[in-house]
Amino acid sequence: MINIKENRCDYCGACVTVCPVDCIEVRESSIMIDHPVCIDCDLCVEICPIDVLASNV
Amino acid sequence: MFKSKYDVVVVGGGPSGSMAAWEAAKGGASVCMLEKDRDIGYPVRCGEAAGESGLKQFVDIKDSWVAERITGAKLGSPSGKLVDVEFKSETGFILNRRVFDYDLSRYAANAGAEVYTKAYVKNISNANGQVNGVVLDYLGEEKKILAKIVIGADGLTSRVGRWAGMKTQVRMKDMESALQYSVSNIDIEPNKMIMYVGKNHAPGGYLWVFPKGDKFANIGIGISGKYSKHKSAKKFLDEFMEREYPDAAILTTMCGGVPCGKPMRNPVSDGLMLVGDAAHQINPMTGGGIVSGMKAGWIAGQVAAEAIIKENYSVKMLNNYSDAMWKAFGKNYERFYKIKEAVHNLSDEDLDYIAEQVLSIPHNKRTLSSVFKAAVFKKPALIIDVLKVFAGV
Repeated sequence: MINIKENRCDYCGACVTVCPVDCIEVRESSIMIDHPVCIDCDLCVEICPIDVLASNV
Repeated sequence: MFKSKYDVVVVGGGPSGSMAAWEAAKGGASVCMLEKDRDIGYPVRCGEAAGESGLKQFVDIKDSWVAERITGAKLGSPSGKLVDVEFKSETGFILNRRVFDYDLSRYAANAGAEVYTKAYVKNISNANGQVNGVVLDYLGEEKKILAKIVIGADGLTSRVGRWAGMKTQVRMKDMESALQYSVSNIDIEPNKMIMYVGKNHAPGGYLWVFPKGDKFANIGIGISGKYSKHKSAKKFLDEFMEREYPDAAILTTMCGGVPCGKPMRNPVSDGLMLVGDAAHQINPMTGGGIVSGMKAGWIAGQVAAEAIIKENYSVKMLNNYSDAMWKAFGKNYERFYKIKEAVHNLSDEDLDYIAEQVLSIPHNKRTLSSVFKAAVFKKPALIIDVLKVFAGV
């Protein structure tokens, strides 16, 4: 499960572009992950420039 | 308040979206442009560099847009050698995107396009396999707008293309993880952009220092998604700042992703065109996409206006945009991609060697092509890709 440290997020959307299953929605000042759709591939974790996303193991 | 129906709906109010809305409105179409943020042009997620000749194709350049004029570059090698190169013909700008984007949207509005902010498009609608509108949240209410043509200029957070079934996901190795600080209180030479390369600075990308006026600069980094797993862009940039500019005041932090693969070959479907970052229209060598995004928006807006007159919104009609975009820059960007791949295969030792070779050339004889020549000597295969670019084949 991907954990979001939302108080760090800049809502830039880099994660949206690499997500293979389109489960991330970024708005002006919110980020949501559709967890049932997420496949825990961690690409969003890897691309995030400021370490907002982390995988919870 | 917006109407329930327009000829053209543009999703996103950046430079590509504004150009598309402007051209479509000029061509007689009824146009509505929807921006998800509260402001056009803010927050800025961009290094803000663009070439004068590129911008001049579309607009008269206003002084208020230009934070700094760039007449040369310093290329920083992995060991920190700075190779100073003057530009021969081209002048570059570091823009004030906040002002620039805002003015472009005003041009679109003055041509008759309606513009709405805080309008988040959350889906598209279809009829008979053809995109025919958008669904949005506007001031807390869900609204539907019908459109003969939707133009997706919704950048990195773009899902318009995905909803229409296009493959818009970017491969990790082609995606740059980017971060930028706007900093003050630094000693910096005006009119010179600095770009550092090498695995220690920015693996699979580069680190930039773009001056923006007195003691002020955009300092940023892009690293390939191939390398960002173990060490994030922030860690690389913070190390650099600590080393080079420990006294800098960081006034703004902004981040983003930059698709640096090839542009999408056919960013169209029935009733839909994608432009700008949403269609990966970014120079893969530099990560620059302002001018190419504007060009695509400019073409797409004209094609949309023509399609409205001809009442033909099919993919066949809209392919006119795709073909013209490919001729204008897409094909070249595909070649730049190959050169980028070759350059990134150079080792840090190779890059240092090239820097030394170029430094041995007298400053007044040093050009960007002398950098290339030195690179080609180290990596002969580069010449084939470079020749193809300049020969236009």
